[in-house]
Amino acid sequence: MGNLFKIAIRNLFRYKRRTLLTVSLIAIGVIFVLGYISISGSFKKMMIGQITDSMIGHLQVHRKGFLASIDTLPLNMNLKPQAFKKLEGILNQQSEIEAYSPRIKFGGMFSNFVETSSIRLNGIYPEKEFKTIPLLTSRVMNGFKAFEKGEILIPELLARGMKVKEGDMIVVVATNKDGSVNGKQFKVAGILESATGPGGRDGYIHIQDAMEVLRMGEMEVSEVAIRIKDFGKVEAFTRKLDGLLSGEVNKEGKPAFEVHAWQQLSPFYSIARMIDLMTVFIQVLLIAVVLISIMNVMIMAVYERIREIGTIAAIGTLPGKILSMFVMEGLCLGVIGAVIGDILGSIIIYILNFSGVVTFDFGRQKGLVLLPTIAPMDVLIISAIVIFVSVVASLQPAFKASRMEPIKALRHV
Amino acid sequence: MSLIVAENISKDYQVVAIKVSKNYGAAENVVRALRDVSFTIEPASFVSFVGPSGSGKTTLLNLIGCLDKPTEGNLTVVGTDVLKLDRHESAQFRGDNLGFIFQDFNLIPVLTVFENIEYPLIIVKNTAAGERRKRVMAVLEAVGMVDQKDKYPDQISGGQKQRVAVARALVSDPKLVLADEPTANLDSKTAYTIINLMKKMRDELKSTFIFSTHDQKIVGEAEIVYSLADGELVDKQVKGGKQNG
Repeated sequence: MGNLFKIAIRNLFRYKRRTLLTVSLIAIGVIFVLGYISISGSFKKMMIGQITDSMIGHLQVHRKGFLASIDTLPLNMNLKPQAFKKLEGILNQQSEIEAYSPRIKFGGMFSNFVETSSIRLNGIYPEKEFKTIPLLTSRVMNGFKAFEKGEILIPELLARGMKVKEGDMIVVVATNKDGSVNGKQFKVAGILESATGPGGRDGYIHIQDAMEVLRMGEMEVSEVAIRIKDFGKVEAFTRKLDGLLSGEVNKEGKPAFEVHAWQQLSPFYSIARMIDLMTVFIQVLLIAVVLISIMNVMIMAVYERIREIGTIAAIGTLPGKILSMFVMEGLCLGVIGAVIGDILGSIIIYILNFSGVVTFDFGRQKGLVLLPTIAPMDVLIISAIVIFVSVVASLQPAFKASRMEPIKALRHV
Repeated sequence: MSLIVAENISKDYQVVAIKVSKNYGAAENVVRALRDVSFTIEPASFVSFVGPSGSGKTTLLNLIGCLDKPTEGNLTVVGTDVLKLDRHESAQFRGDNLGFIFQDFNLIPVLTVFENIEYPLIIVKNTAAGERRKRVMAVLEAVGMVDQKDKYPDQISGGQKQRVAVARALVSDPKLVLADEPTANLDSKTAYTIINLMKKMRDELKSTFIFSTHDQKIVGEAEIVYSLADGELVDKQVKGGKQNG
């Protein structure tokens, strides 16, 4: 094996320029793929992080049917106090959960005493909400300050349109479940930067204020946002929680709850899927580049060394060994190209990450700084693909070499 | 009709050819490269096949070397009926029993002199490293190339290349060494040196040497000379009282 490797390396050095070109081509392909995966992956991760950590949480539990009519925020689809109690009991037993936050979602009117506009509001326990969606505080413009009862966080666009600033007094008027209207005065505790995605332009008040505005005797929550300790296990935990809650039925004997992971709650998931699909496409391109370049160089190598193949066959080299010799050359090309590509690609990604020069706009969020990173597993997978394809690409020329009749090969000029 | 007919094949011969023919092409375009050639070669002989270009020397050596198969006849090399060998077995047989010396030396350009000689021991025989080194150094010594062992083929002369080729052919201790026009690309002085080297190695290792040539001066160095013309064996000369088939 070691000798086959030595001969393969020597043969590659025999055609230095060709080897250099092929290795460069493979390395450039690997660099581009790693670069693409790191940037698109970081973009995806960042956006998922933005969406889950500043708005929707990792998963949510609703009363069955609530999500289908979420646009109208129906108060009569909220969880009844007993149902929420049951849910809380189950959630408190789950070690995977880092935090959860019950919310009362409702639509209302927002008045600055001069003008009136509509607003979507979330009644929350601030401490629970900030643990569940930790980036919410970072969306508060001019810095986050304590958020208490009687205060409201309002979305940026509304604040601008209504010419409201921090510290101003405003009124929220809402219609409760029975159709009666109630209002309450709030002090603006902060302006929330808009975020793209569901709930990105909602305001926040304390959950007890929401109950007061809606004249709820007992708390009826619209949803429970959940943050789990390991984001990678969202889907598994969603399935687990769904299973745990599936036994809970309403009076009609139908399921009382529905559990949705962030993927089902955010339209960004489709974009994330598209990014994954494009990554596969880019990998296919890399495979094509490696396949064609290695096959080309190995076909040339076999053609140029026909007499040599005849010689080694004549002196008793078995066909399988001749095949191994050429496959080893292809393998070495792939390994060298992959390693150089991995090293250079990682350096470039590190520089991009360190310098923070990659910025982009997402909806109303401008100048988001992308910090590309690449997981060692991704590097390993790309390298394995390149090496595997290199071996596959060299098989045909190697097989041809091994099947050559020594007598014909020796006569070749 | 061949002049020489193999007889008494129960003797221990290295090569036994009985009415061996080789045709190339098909139907009306058939070329009869060898016609009913019969001969025997004893172990440790120093045999030459001579004849003009196209007489069938190379074809015959290719058949003996299991690089090709006769169209007709029987051919036994080192006790093996080579017609029965498949592709894989032929390669194995060549590696185990034969050594080759080529007209163009055919050294592997990416390997040093030492590595070229070592090659059959590694790739073909799987010899252990210590034993390999010992044997390579021994043949290097024998062919007088020890001081050139780390050079690459393009750094040595034609004569030196052929010495290396001789060493490579002998390093695996073959029973039979085949050399097709080994001196064709060498000047006459070097050619004599190579032939004498081959003879010396035959004396030391007791391997059978068969070489083809059309150089009459070199032919004189062979102990048994078979003459070929138009694919037929037309003459046999034995020197020094050595008798053969």
